[in-house]
Amino acid sequence: MKFGVVIFPGSNCDHDALYALESNLGQEAVPIWHQSEDLQGCDAVVLPGGFSYGDYLRAGAIAHFSPVMKAVKRFADSDGLVIGICNGFQALTEAHLLPGALVRNANLHFVCKTVHLAAGTKDSPFTSHCPSTPLAIPVAHGEGRYHADAATLDELERADRIAFRYCDAEGKLTEAANPNGSARHIAGVLSEGRNVLGMMPHPERAADPVMGSTDGRCIFESMIGALSLAS
Amino acid sequence: MSEITPAVVREHGLTAEEYQRVLDRLGRTPTLTELGVVSVMWSEHCSYKSSRLHLKKLPTKGPGILVGPGENAGIVDIGGGWAAAFKIESHNHPSYIEPFQGAATGVGGILRDIFTMGARPIAVLDSLRFGPLDDPENGARNRHILEGVVGGISHYGNCFGVPTVGGECLFDPGYSGNPLVNVFALGIFRHDQIFFGRATGVGNPVIYVGAKTGRDGIKGASMASEEFSADSEAKRPNVQVGDPFLEKLLLEACIEAMQTGAVLGIQDMGAAGLTCSTCEMGGRSGAGIEIDLKLVPQRETGMTPYEIMLSESQERMLLVAERGREAEVFAVFEKWGLDAAEIGTVTDDGLLRVNNHGETVAELQNSFLTDDAPLYDRPHTVPARSAPLDGPPVADVDSAQALDALRKLVGSADLCSKRWIWEQYDYQVRTNTTAGPGGDAAVVRVKEAGVSLAMALDGNSRYCALDPKAGAMLNVAESCRNLSVVGAQPLGATNNLNFGNPEKPEIMAQLVAAIEGIGEACSHFGAPITGGNVSLYNETLGKGINPTPVLGVVGLIPGMEAPPSSVFPAEGLTLLLLGGWMPGAEDALDRRFGSSQYARVVLGQTWGLPPALDLDFEKKVQDLTRSLVREGLVEAAHDLSDGGLAVAAAECSFGPAGMGASIAAPGDLPAVYALFHESPSRVLIAVRAETVERVQQEAAAAGVPAPVAGRTVAGFLELKVGDRTLIAAPIEGLYEAWDGALRRQLEGE
Repeated sequence: MKFGVVIFPGSNCDHDALYALESNLGQEAVPIWHQSEDLQGCDAVVLPGGFSYGDYLRAGAIAHFSPVMKAVKRFADSDGLVIGICNGFQALTEAHLLPGALVRNANLHFVCKTVHLAAGTKDSPFTSHCPSTPLAIPVAHGEGRYHADAATLDELERADRIAFRYCDAEGKLTEAANPNGSARHIAGVLSEGRNVLGMMPHPERAADPVMGSTDGRCIFESMIGALSLAS
Repeated sequence: MSEITPAVVREHGLTAEEYQRVLDRLGRTPTLTELGVVSVMWSEHCSYKSSRLHLKKLPTKGPGILVGPGENAGIVDIGGGWAAAFKIESHNHPSYIEPFQGAATGVGGILRDIFTMGARPIAVLDSLRFGPLDDPENGARNRHILEGVVGGISHYGNCFGVPTVGGECLFDPGYSGNPLVNVFALGIFRHDQIFFGRATGVGNPVIYVGAKTGRDGIKGASMASEEFSADSEAKRPNVQVGDPFLEKLLLEACIEAMQTGAVLGIQDMGAAGLTCSTCEMGGRSGAGIEIDLKLVPQRETGMTPYEIMLSESQERMLLVAERGREAEVFAVFEKWGLDAAEIGTVTDDGLLRVNNHGETVAELQNSFLTDDAPLYDRPHTVPARSAPLDGPPVADVDSAQALDALRKLVGSADLCSKRWIWEQYDYQVRTNTTAGPGGDAAVVRVKEAGVSLAMALDGNSRYCALDPKAGAMLNVAESCRNLSVVGAQPLGATNNLNFGNPEKPEIMAQLVAAIEGIGEACSHFGAPITGGNVSLYNETLGKGINPTPVLGVVGLIPGMEAPPSSVFPAEGLTLLLLGGWMPGAEDALDRRFGSSQYARVVLGQTWGLPPALDLDFEKKVQDLTRSLVREGLVEAAHDLSDGGLAVAAAECSFGPAGMGASIAAPGDLPAVYALFHESPSRVLIAVRAETVERVQQEAAAAGVPAPVAGRTVAGFLELKVGDRTLIAAPIEGLYEAWDGALRRQLEGE
């Protein structure tokens, strides 16, 4: 499959995503510059982590005005698979491709550590290959606390659109296991069409055994599986 | 133009003799701009005038050294046509005045030193010192400084996209009014991509790139060369403000511009800004540089030549391009949305000539500002000693006291977990960190070269305060030992020398002795010094800090596998103590114990001498450790340092697997020494039962004792000395004391 990794000025997990997709998962992966509207015929688009445009307004706020985001919106509207990781998730909520917002962590500090995630649903092109046991995947963000009004949160739950929740190693949704104070432990959500995923944790950092965990691979493997079925 | 009165000269920190040198050389009164330029270039921070004479004695050559001291960073060969550039730099004074921006711009400055040479930064480490957080008088202020500094490092490094992979953080009352923020950065590039800060080719354009110049940070270098007084707060405008996003764009643009082949030389504008970059680029090549200040991009209106030349606005670079190919350079900076302007040309007269709207406002010989800066052989007597040679008699411990002491030690400011700090740093970005913060050394793989690099920062002012030379040697030994436990061979080192006022002979003596110690030990371990930084005048209200040399050592690991962990991974492994129970124990143990963390934390006083170090033996232990690790025989490895055997065993038990240990030491020494003395040259390793014999054979062949110390057990820590069980406790309670201590202090629990 061919993945496109969008590069905004200030993206800094772009190379990590390209490396994980090419070297760890054996896929074709190409960079897409933010000023381009050409997605180069990619089967799926990755919005990587970083601090796009410095994040001086709100994380991800400026990124969604860039030419590439117009193309990404069109791609998403035509059922293309889009995954936004960390800053990419923030950009997707700013672009209203996903509901809610990511606000400052509850303890006000940036946090980098490996957390556990429970897949909230198997019914998506991003989670179909995920095991039912918790996934160990790192987070690294200062603004990752998922926020939405109660009605939106209820609707996300009702429509089975919560892709991942923060949990402990046993899968329990404890207060201590929620690294940023996210509403209802939400770590990742799906779009209404289930073809757009935003998640704060970094699956590309958990794709290589030498980095300590390969639990992030199942997310990309789910995507590859879904794309193979579609083609 | 302002008149140059003796008061104006004094305000610029020049002595009467130094000012006379200026008059003699110029044959006229300097302009105010010239006086400013001379004062920053001759400041301690830029000229190293008190330390240069002694720094020359450091070993700087070795088989892997491609570029030694004198450039923006040192460079070592890492194989396969690849090289690593690294350096450490202090930002102590700004971090006291404005902790967040002071530390942030410290990170920004050292990153520019790396990428100005053409290398892409791949790792940052930092060595921090603060006053005690629970100090009744200064605690609140110290907590504020720590939180600001950590926030600043986190902000800048995370946004720039370089992982902060390790470091250290220690406390002492002497740092209350004078915190230390030493930042180390390392970058990689190919041998044929190395750039230097040299102005070459008469008539070539001098190009300014990056942020516009403002009034921030004017005379920062001079500020960093003074003691603090009660009105230091008023110097807040001297601290610069950093923009890591702009720096990230500058990195990408500079590396892309270098790839065009049109760039001949490049230097960042750090301390002393445009002044330093112009005269150093000219000074290194012997060329002259003529610039016109009206062409310099400016953020504020009405800036004087003096302000433009001395501004320390961040995220700026100066480069010299090939005449006729400027357009290629400008195109790259335009792509990244950055300012770039031709502000002058390279000349052949060796002068720095600064024009402003048709008027020459400064004309000085580059070499007069750089190589010919004052050089002092300051008087040095006997190093200042902070504590008596003899201390109280040390009582042995019973089991209740031993456990209580261990709990106090692991929860003490120096030894407790620094997780609260390093979880605020993105230590994984670039997905190369195979050993991150919290271990002995940080390790990053270099995918491009198929190898890994290990880095460790170590400073021990407790030892250096008692004997600066021996303390400095122990620092180097520990840094190199930290590399050996991850299987790395030292390639080179960088040092940051943080001391008090060098005009005091007993402080100067500390500096001289520490440099001697670093030199001897670095030669011994094959880790030549490739550059570094000297930070003097670390005093507040006349009281100096303990001498604090900080060593950053870089080592090479063949291959890209993760190194053994520093915590016990599984139950039933055999523990061996490489180096034996207590090397050097026969020599003045009662005095040497006075420098231990036990003396400081449990007994509440410090005295005596640092632990005895035998360099030859230390090297044997390190060589053995490294080869055992490389042979894949080691499941976990951790060196013994602060807090001795008991603390090392506890630290190894604080891993995610919840594995503890049962350890039995011989009973020929009092238990308090067996458990808590800090003899160097010792490494605790965990091996599989079936490999014990082979490991012991290799140790015997290397001439290193390797007694079986015990085995790993689940959830429990037991330490016996002779036939007495001194410590027997579940890991959980000790872990809580260790892991939560810093957070509790900061959150005032």
